[in-house]
Amino acid sequence: MFSSLMNWVDERFPATKMWKEHLSEYYAPKNFNFWYFFGSLALLILVLQIVTGIFLTMHYKPDTSLAFASVEYIMRDVEWGWLIRYLHSTGASAFFVVVYLHMFRGLIYGSYKQPRELVWIFGMLIYLALMAEAFMGYLLPWGQMSYWGAQVIISLFAQVPFIGSELALWIRGDFVIADATLNRFFAFHVIAVPLVLLGLVVAHIIALHEVGSNNPDGVDIKKHKDKNGIPLDGIPFHPYYSVKDIVGVTVFLFIFSLILFYAPEFGGWFIEYANFIPADPFKTPEHIAPVWYFTPFYAILRAVPSIAGSAFPGVAAMGLSIVFLFLLPWLDRSPVKSIRYRGPYFRFALVLFIISFIALGYLGTQGVTDLYTLLSQVFSVIYFAFFIFMPFYTKADKDKPVPERVTFK
Amino acid sequence: MSNNVDNDKRRFLTTAASVVVGGAGTVAVAIPFVSSMFPSAKAYAAGAPVEVDISKLESGQQITVEWRGKPVWIIKRSPETIANLATQDDILLDPESTTSSQQPNYTANQTRSIKAEIMVLVGICTHLGCSPTYRPELAPEDLGAEWKGGFSCPCHGSKFDLAGRVHKNVPAPINLEVPPHYFLGDNRILIGEDAKGAA
Repeated sequence: MFSSLMNWVDERFPATKMWKEHLSEYYAPKNFNFWYFFGSLALLILVLQIVTGIFLTMHYKPDTSLAFASVEYIMRDVEWGWLIRYLHSTGASAFFVVVYLHMFRGLIYGSYKQPRELVWIFGMLIYLALMAEAFMGYLLPWGQMSYWGAQVIISLFAQVPFIGSELALWIRGDFVIADATLNRFFAFHVIAVPLVLLGLVVAHIIALHEVGSNNPDGVDIKKHKDKNGIPLDGIPFHPYYSVKDIVGVTVFLFIFSLILFYAPEFGGWFIEYANFIPADPFKTPEHIAPVWYFTPFYAILRAVPSIAGSAFPGVAAMGLSIVFLFLLPWLDRSPVKSIRYRGPYFRFALVLFIISFIALGYLGTQGVTDLYTLLSQVFSVIYFAFFIFMPFYTKADKDKPVPERVTFK
Repeated sequence: MSNNVDNDKRRFLTTAASVVVGGAGTVAVAIPFVSSMFPSAKAYAAGAPVEVDISKLESGQQITVEWRGKPVWIIKRSPETIANLATQDDILLDPESTTSSQQPNYTANQTRSIKAEIMVLVGICTHLGCSPTYRPELAPEDLGAEWKGGFSCPCHGSKFDLAGRVHKNVPAPINLEVPPHYFLGDNRILIGEDAKGAA
């Protein structure tokens, strides 16, 4: 009965074929470890954000005179509204935690390297879209941090030489952040960017399944196949990794629920305190900082002083810090993918890079002092040096021999 | 069909023509959509000049009014404050107000004002658009012994003197903006318009 129904479908739509290609006969390396949980977790959070987002739009009002109150209405008067809103706001930070860990995995195991350059590029585009999504979403509650955060970020565009002020005017749709801005950010946040994001996620997965997954040893499992053409070190994604990922999901939901129910603002890190005050265009909060996931780039922005009467160099440095990430597959000249077989230079550079990224993230949350500005400058230099000198130290590195097959105990 | 047709060239020209025509069409269709995101007629209308009564303004006091949705400060400066303005040139980036976009011609002087005791400024930092805090006191603990009153920005630490002139070595690259304004009488200012005849 069921098989004849599936036959009927398969003659008209390749359902079974797609199931096999992407799940039951997609052969992933058998040596995946802890770091391989975060891709599927990111997908889970994407679904969570879309579903909670849809239900939030049923009560939210994108109007400067109504927005703040409508969020409070969701929190207080809508049945379970607090849960849906906190799922969405905690989900945003969880999304970035998971994505940063997912990117770190790519960095240590060389998952961006040939032939997975496009997997990495699509992933970086997802990261960019995610930043746009998070930034525009943060304006919607129309609190003090929403308003002044948006003011600072849109002013970045005003620093672009020649067309800057027109560009900022076009983005805002008014001379200041106003109703027009809130309304269009709502449109981008709920329609435009999510559509782009979904398309990019599909492209990311199709590109990955075309070349096959990397693994902690960074060796190509397609080199050794059995007589049926199946990689000897590969196991079908479903059921092996779908079941393994359920463990990851369980642990993730455990931690997520603890934050969701006991500390949804996470001490001002996930929702800043100033955002519980309605936006006031005449009063900048005492201390203004973006949400934690933007702070490393914000610290780089502040570290660069103005040159020749223009704040553009800082903006350019911030943009470059992201552009360099895109270029990673071509900057890395080592023939070895995984950190397990990399030489000392890359390991040392990676440790410095991670330290400076986290340090910049901290400095970006802090007020401006001479010492902090100096530290931001030092760590920014290390951040950029990691990329600029990469072609040299990866090429000169004393890499270890890479095994033929994956190591698996 | 003759056989000496260059098919490659023909195919290239067909593709090129399609791309050019299609591209022109795409750009033409994009114009209304892109334009719709610029400020509407309503937003422009809201940019009308604002009249302010300053008869109750006391020496050292700051009031904030709204013009084009931006905060505009009006500050009454004491004679000591005005005297102090002349002593700060070496810590200021542009003491002579040479950047012409930041003030109308008639305030491109040392006090950056029409009447030295009345300072009018757009209260938005020229760095990234935060609103600096008015700190008229002398030598407060957090701003150092050299501080002779001014504005300090909570976002990125830019500092300005009481004429809105930017200090050296801070993120903001230029002086605060002085909006076009003129006096309608001794105690009334119109913000957002130059006096008739003034440039």
